[in-house]
Amino acid sequence: MNLAADKRITDELLKPLQGSSRRYRLTVAALMLVVSAGVAAWAVQMYSGIGLTGLNSPVFWGFYLVNFVFWIGISHAGTLISAILRIVDAGWRRPVTRCAEAITAFALLIGGVLPLIHLGRPWLFYHLIPFPDGRGLWPNFRSPLMWDFFAINTYLLASTLFLFLPMIPDFALVRDRASGIRRTIYGWLAMGWQGTPRQWNRLESAMHIMAIAIIPIAVSVHTIVSFDFAMAVVPMWHSTIFGPYFVVGAIFSGIAALIIAMALLRRLLRLEAYLQPLHFDKLGKLLLTMSLLWAYFVFAERLTVWYGNEITEMPVFWATFTGEYAPAFWIMVAGNFVLPAVLLSTKRTRTVAGCVVASVGVVVGMWLERFLIVIPSLSYRQLPYTWGSYAPGWTEIVVMVASFAAMALLYCVFVKFVPIISIWELKSGNDMDDAPHIVEAEARDAAAGPVPARGEAS
Amino acid sequence: MPRWGMAVDLDRCTGCEACVTACHAENNIPTVGPEEAARGRAMHWIRVERYWEGEFPDVRLTFRPVFCQQCDNAPCEPVCPTYASYHTDEGLNAQVYNRCIGTRYCANACSYNVRFFNFHNPEWDRPLDLQLNPDVSVREVGVMEKCTFCIQRINAARIDARAETEEGRIEDGTLQPACAQSCTANALVFGDLDDADSRVSRLSRSPRGSKLLEELGAEPSVTYLQKGDWDESGGG
Repeated sequence: MNLAADKRITDELLKPLQGSSRRYRLTVAALMLVVSAGVAAWAVQMYSGIGLTGLNSPVFWGFYLVNFVFWIGISHAGTLISAILRIVDAGWRRPVTRCAEAITAFALLIGGVLPLIHLGRPWLFYHLIPFPDGRGLWPNFRSPLMWDFFAINTYLLASTLFLFLPMIPDFALVRDRASGIRRTIYGWLAMGWQGTPRQWNRLESAMHIMAIAIIPIAVSVHTIVSFDFAMAVVPMWHSTIFGPYFVVGAIFSGIAALIIAMALLRRLLRLEAYLQPLHFDKLGKLLLTMSLLWAYFVFAERLTVWYGNEITEMPVFWATFTGEYAPAFWIMVAGNFVLPAVLLSTKRTRTVAGCVVASVGVVVGMWLERFLIVIPSLSYRQLPYTWGSYAPGWTEIVVMVASFAAMALLYCVFVKFVPIISIWELKSGNDMDDAPHIVEAEARDAAAGPVPARGEAS
Repeated sequence: MPRWGMAVDLDRCTGCEACVTACHAENNIPTVGPEEAARGRAMHWIRVERYWEGEFPDVRLTFRPVFCQQCDNAPCEPVCPTYASYHTDEGLNAQVYNRCIGTRYCANACSYNVRFFNFHNPEWDRPLDLQLNPDVSVREVGVMEKCTFCIQRINAARIDARAETEEGRIEDGTLQPACAQSCTANALVFGDLDDADSRVSRLSRSPRGSKLLEELGAEPSVTYLQKGDWDESGGG
């Protein structure tokens, strides 16, 4: 690799930052409209009351918390992909990490708002914050919701740092090429980066510390989310398997979201040379691994419940297995297990398109999994006299659609202000040992087109 | 310090639901209307569950009044992030409305499903709005509420007892929540479980007694009395 190649990388990856198309602006406007509709729905709900939702007695938790768990799960993309791949120094991670870290930060922002929308009196949310007041009241640290509050805030802070640190040299790069107000803003973001050896050294150690620290944080976050359920004596919630089961599901859905985001970026920003079939192939294998792990957890959970045959748990078990929630259950199994297992097991179908189809199945399946955890258990609690059911109200549906629009919007805006592929990391990779592999892969993909030819070694 | 409890004689209960009506009137519980009630949002701090036994025409109807069991080891209390649901010194599972932010976690944790959420601001059809109890606060939208064992009556009785006697003890039988007071069949007996001679204590020790969902270990303060096939004498 040489200076010319470096310059080509810089030019190509900074291109999205230099203006936007009409189609882009229309997309952003449409997304903003949908997000505004979600905010408006929340405002109407605050004015009128939670009664606008489909919630009732006994189903006191519904779509808001389903989507909360879903988005917190998606947020595990950044950490587990990016941090683990950084620690083991996998060369192919370089074009992937920032896409993943951005998903984490945005999914956490969205996931973090949903429990507030869920509150009966969201204007009093500050009762959750430990602050000294005249009444000497403190939040209740025995409540899993308090653990949640701290876990998610810690994770948001850590993942924002984790996203921001490796952006500093790229901000400096943009700063050096910009003028006027842009130069000032990027100069501020670059925090005086000059690229001295001392600064590189500090950045590398900071990245290393964050990469290691964020893994236990991420694992604890989704464990604690699972504890919101597992700590309550509710049929099929009160389970020791929930912590690891949720963590596995979170990483699983996170990888799927990452694959979808990468495929869109590749197509829309013309990044075919950077996000190659090779990356999808590797992520597809990871997705397949997580799919098998997930299936193992579901099998272990459901077999023990069925064999145990407890009188309070069986109504929930049958409601999801053959009863009213069975369609959701079997679509989940198809999307989370059958589809990935079929598509990702063979090299022939582990293509970009194959990975995307499997990932869409996984995202749908994992959303249904969250639904199946929250709703049926609450519908069939211990006393049959109080059994009930649930269908979402209009505010819940609008807010859910808005949450997806918010993710797309944040991502759209992000790629216009930050190079979505870490330029300095990509360049530094070219100087390192694994460079020949990347060059080789690049050359092969260029020769073979987007799909690697059959029979070739990966 | 008293520890309040209740004994419910299921063999006496006629299912008339006078207790439900009295509770609504005493505690300013809103009437949500037929549509909301059909959606599972009716608020009855005490409900009378109906069970049919046997096949028609040989049918027997039994009733079970269910209200907050005021558990000693209450699952609703530790899960509240703001201490809105907490345990009083007298063994009640109290709810601080001003502290409640409406996470509804307590209602999920409660296996008896006796916690009720204000999905909308409360409303009363005329003339019910003219008879609100001034001793009980009205709860706003987004707040969880539940049976208090008529804590306003307990507090009033305590004040009276302190004024009238040296030790300030509330005599057994002088204090009743609205449901027990209105029960024509005398199926509901309220009192101090720490007083071994109180009527509720004696009934709670009856061999006819059992606790609802006792196996969950929540240690309810409510004992249900029912004649079993094994106990022809009736006990209690």
